[in-house]
Amino acid sequence: MPEVQVRKKLTTVEEIFHEGGPISKVPLRRAAALAVIHNPFAGKYFDEIAGFMDDLKPLGLEMARSLIAALGGDAKTIEGYGKGAIIGSAGEIEHGALWHLPGGYAMREILGGAKAIVASTKKVGGPGTRLDVPITHINASYVRSHFDAMEVGITDAPRADEILLALVMTTGARVHARVGGLKASEVKGEDGLR
Amino acid sequence: MKARIRKLATFVEETRTESGRPVDPPTRRAAAVAVIENPCAGKYVEDLSELMEIGEELGELLTQRAVAALGISGPAAESYGKAAAVGENGEIEHAAAILHPKLGTPVRRVLGKGAALIPSSKKRGGLGVVLDIPLGHKDAAFVRSHFDGMEVRINDAPRANEIMVAIAVTDSGRPLARVGGLTKDQIKGEDGLR
Repeated sequence: MPEVQVRKKLTTVEEIFHEGGPISKVPLRRAAALAVIHNPFAGKYFDEIAGFMDDLKPLGLEMARSLIAALGGDAKTIEGYGKGAIIGSAGEIEHGALWHLPGGYAMREILGGAKAIVASTKKVGGPGTRLDVPITHINASYVRSHFDAMEVGITDAPRADEILLALVMTTGARVHARVGGLKASEVKGEDGLR
Repeated sequence: MKARIRKLATFVEETRTESGRPVDPPTRRAAAVAVIENPCAGKYVEDLSELMEIGEELGELLTQRAVAALGISGPAAESYGKAAAVGENGEIEHAAAILHPKLGTPVRRVLGKGAALIPSSKKRGGLGVVLDIPLGHKDAAFVRSHFDGMEVRINDAPRANEIMVAIAVTDSGRPLARVGGLTKDQIKGEDGLR
C-alpha cells in the first residue's frame, strides 16, 4: 500500500475559563490534532482501499501522543475524545471511513484502553471546510456533561487530492455543565455506555 | 490580571511538503489567542487606558504561550504579527488601544529582540470571524521570505461584548520561499527595516 504523505499538521489547544458564569477553578482544556495527507485514492474508483488503515496507524498514534502532550502530558487527565475527517473533492466519503480504525484505536491505546466508542463525523469538502468534531466521555458514552464538539479546519486544506484527519481530546465536562444525566463520577465503565 | 479572560487558544502549524516537494526543516508557526471581555463595550468611553493596560499584559502572556507552543526559546523566533477582532458592541478603536500603545514592549522582551514593526490587522465582527494575522521578520521588516499571514478563527468568539486578541510567532519563513529580496542572513538589524 502507498506510504502516508503528510503535507501539514495543525495542533489547536483551547483553555476555557468561563462562559458568562462562575470562573472555573480548573479550566477546561480541549485540543485538536490535524494532519493533512495525500489521498492515494483520489480521482479514481478503487475497490480495495482497506489496507490503507494499517498504513495510517503510526500517524494515528503520533497524533494521539501529540494531543496528550498538548494537554499537559498526563494521559490520566483525558476525559473526552472524538475524531473526524474531511475528504478533498477528488475523493469519496468512504476514504474518510478509513480513519475510524487507526484514529480510534490509537487514542484508546494511548489512553490505556478507553471503553467508549469514539464519536466521529466526516464529510467531503474544499479547502477551509470546517468540521464540528463530536466529543464524548472516553469510558461511558452517556455521560451528559461531556457531550461537546470542537470546530476544526485549515484554510488551505484539504486540496482535491488530500484528506484532513482530526483527533480531539478534552480534559473534562463543558465549563458550565448543568443539565443533569449520567455523571462522570457515576460511570461503571463496563460496557462503554454507562 | 486586568483582563477578564474567557478562553485562551493556541494553534501550531507545521508544513512538511508543498507542491510535492519536501519542506526540510518544516516551517512552523504558532498563534496564541485570548478571548476577553471588552470593558468598553456598549458605550462611548473617551479614555481607553484600561484597554491599553490589558494589551500590555496580553502581549506578555500570548507571546509566552506562542513561543512555548513552538517549543523554542524567545530569541529563536523569526517573525511575528498581531491582530484583534472586536465584537459588535465595541469599536475598532478598542482594538487599536489593545494592540498599539503597550502590547509591543512585552512581546519584544519575551523574544529578546524585535527591532521591526510588529505587523498588525484589526476588524470588528461576529462569532467565528476570521483574523488574518500579518507576519513579518522581527528584526528586519524587509526580509521578503518572511512576509506571510496566518489565519485564526474561534467559532464562538468574539461575542458582542468581547475582544479576540492574537499574537503569531514563527521559527521560519514561507515554505519554499523563492521570490528573492533581502534574506535573513543579510540582516543588519539596526533600523528594524533591513
